Amino acid sequence: MRAALLAGATLLGLAGGARADEQHFPLQSYRVGPYAAGGTGFFGGFIDYLNLINSRDGGVNGVKLTWSEGETQYEVERGVEVYERLKSRPGIAAWNPLSVGIAYAMIDRITADKVPLITINHGRTDSTDGRVFPYVFPLLLNPYSETSGIVAYLGTRAGGLDKLKGKTIAVLYHGSPYGKETIPIYEKLAKTYGFKVEQIEVPHPGNEQQSQWLTIRRLRPDFVVLRGWGVMNPVALKTAQKTGFPVDHIVGNVWSNSEEDAIPAGDAAKGYVAITTQASGTEYPVIQEIVRKVYEPGNGNLADKKRIGSVYHNLGVLNGILNVEAVRIAQGRFGKRTLTGDEVRWGFEHLRLDEAWVAELGAKGLFHSINVTCANHEGEGRVTFQQWDGTKWKVVSDWIAPDWASLRPIIEASSTAYAKEHGLTPRDCAAEEQADAGARNTAAEHASAESR
Amino acid sequence: MIALGIVPLVGTSYLYEAILTPFLALALAGLGLNLLTGYAGLLSLGSAAFMAVGAYAAFNLSLRLPILPLPVTIFAAGLVAALAGVIGGLPALRLRGFYLAVSTLAVQFFVAWALNRIGWLSNDSPSGIVTAPRLVVAGISFEDARGRYLFSLAVVALLTFAAWRLVRSPTGRDLVAIRDHETAARITGVRVARTKLLAFGLSSFIVGVAGVLWAFAYLRTLEPAGFNLDRSFQILFIVIIGGLGTLRGAFLGAGFIVVLPLILARLGAAILGDGFDSGTLEMCQRIVLGILIVAVLIREPAGLTALLDRAVGRLRGRAA
Repeated sequence: MRAALLAGATLLGLAGGARADEQHFPLQSYRVGPYAAGGTGFFGGFIDYLNLINSRDGGVNGVKLTWSEGETQYEVERGVEVYERLKSRPGIAAWNPLSVGIAYAMIDRITADKVPLITINHGRTDSTDGRVFPYVFPLLLNPYSETSGIVAYLGTRAGGLDKLKGKTIAVLYHGSPYGKETIPIYEKLAKTYGFKVEQIEVPHPGNEQQSQWLTIRRLRPDFVVLRGWGVMNPVALKTAQKTGFPVDHIVGNVWSNSEEDAIPAGDAAKGYVAITTQASGTEYPVIQEIVRKVYEPGNGNLADKKRIGSVYHNLGVLNGILNVEAVRIAQGRFGKRTLTGDEVRWGFEHLRLDEAWVAELGAKGLFHSINVTCANHEGEGRVTFQQWDGTKWKVVSDWIAPDWASLRPIIEASSTAYAKEHGLTPRDCAAEEQADAGARNTAAEHASAESR
Repeated sequence: MIALGIVPLVGTSYLYEAILTPFLALALAGLGLNLLTGYAGLLSLGSAAFMAVGAYAAFNLSLRLPILPLPVTIFAAGLVAALAGVIGGLPALRLRGFYLAVSTLAVQFFVAWALNRIGWLSNDSPSGIVTAPRLVVAGISFEDARGRYLFSLAVVALLTFAAWRLVRSPTGRDLVAIRDHETAARITGVRVARTKLLAFGLSSFIVGVAGVLWAFAYLRTLEPAGFNLDRSFQILFIVIIGGLGTLRGAFLGAGFIVVLPLILARLGAAILGDGFDSGTLEMCQRIVLGILIVAVLIREPAGLTALLDRAVGRLRGRAA
């Protein structure tokens, strides 16, 4: 055993080897196990975009993008193992685990190692407060703003937020920490807008929901929010059809919004609506370029080309865009070379892509904009709603802004408690911004010039 | 066992953080289960639940009674797990074999349900995932990679020694007597009910402490999903593959189940290169591991310990 251990250790030693001007993305991917559909789509899209930047632009300002993968099966201990294995690679830009559990286990580690941790659309809600979590970025959406976005959309369906008064909303949630995370925020929003909320748990895995839907039938809610995962989603849609609840009054959350959730429900999913931060489809110039320059030469990462432009694939591409632009922005400030994790963190904290910039990247309509600051690591992501037409998703709403201002005090209360528990002093963002304000102006000019 | 103490104190943080620390935690869990299943012959599928009880008890104790030094917290967490074990072991007074295994499943599901349902246990954290406290004993920090390993090693060595003493004591012989022939044990004066519950208690104490090491020293977070039925099976397989009724078996089994896949993955990645699809690699690795398990159990149904003993015996025979 000892000999084997040593052999393993020697192998690890050989795996390194620094090369000049490369920026590395270690990927804790999951292509096996129950979450494989999300993992292959997301990490496939991410890799496809990195490939596009390398083959089309020769990297970011000449700095080549590299990556390595470790399989986690979405399990925390495997994620930690992959982190420990890959963390010594040179030039790491950022970590993107796409798993709440793995992200939690990494917070202490990446903070000590000074490398950013990106948890797009998920993650720890209070890590939105960059003053307490300098290296954690729940980009675009956290569970609270997702909830706020869904309620805002239901407001438009009812004919105005004030019309929600007296309405009943049932939330069907997955019986797990993930599913329960938004219970308090729904209660709070119900008080604010005067609707009645009924939260109903579906025990994991959720392949039997007869009693829950009979309850819903009795409650006669105006809308049902589906906060599901995996097999729970198609079963909910099918059971809704059986119990006669109109499917277009069911709104799915961000983990109930993929093709993999709708297709297995067949007919019952037709008309189902779900939230998303990125539209699906292949019509966006950046996806077209990926098809032409990555898939046609045979370098595409997805095994099934039909999944190009699917929800998870486009989320991966969007994640690639955000990572690459953060590196580009940081290069404008620190130089066109391999950056340290801390320098890339600066890039993420200045990741401000307005609609014009998004259009230049060929992503107009794919996503709206992002505006990350030192204090706000989420970056005011807009959400949109898509409806399943039986074969694909179709966007049916404008870009909706969640009510960030009302969520911020709850987030700050939680992050302040975390800081106290861990003996941290929150950063003084105003002072930091001022300190490098001069440098930042030139950085922004540089970066936008480079992106053209 | 002794070899573990002289694991070279040089090595990368990967060796300590990702291989040795989880290896020690799961080996300890295997050791605990082996007392119950290997020595006393009581089958349990609730090991992960007892790990969870230990880990969450230690988390709550350090959160709510921060004055307690860490070793006391860990010991108390072990006691809480032992209590849970005694309660979970009550059906053993009436049930045996597969029926008992099924009844321990109830413990497994109940603990997962309670952790999910009772927010107080995870300090009302909205996502249910909590951060483990720092590893500091008497002002000395064990926070770095080697410290975490040495901390785990000390705990495991202590409990392994205690278990070694136990199985050689009259109580240890009572356990084996119950396993081999319960009626005969009863006739010779073994207090069967008391001994069975004691077996559950002692086993769960060790498994609970293993849970603390798993959460505090290795993952640094706690979430109920990390202690699911898969983990219980993993520990049971460690015991079966390592060898039932031997203390060494847990370490050999944990080496096989925890360390070997990692070495296989590294070998695979080194041979095939980084660009190779990690999902396919994972599948190949599972096939290889599966074949190895079948091969070991065909060669030696009594586990790796027996295999090793035979190999050593043969070498000695040749030398003589």
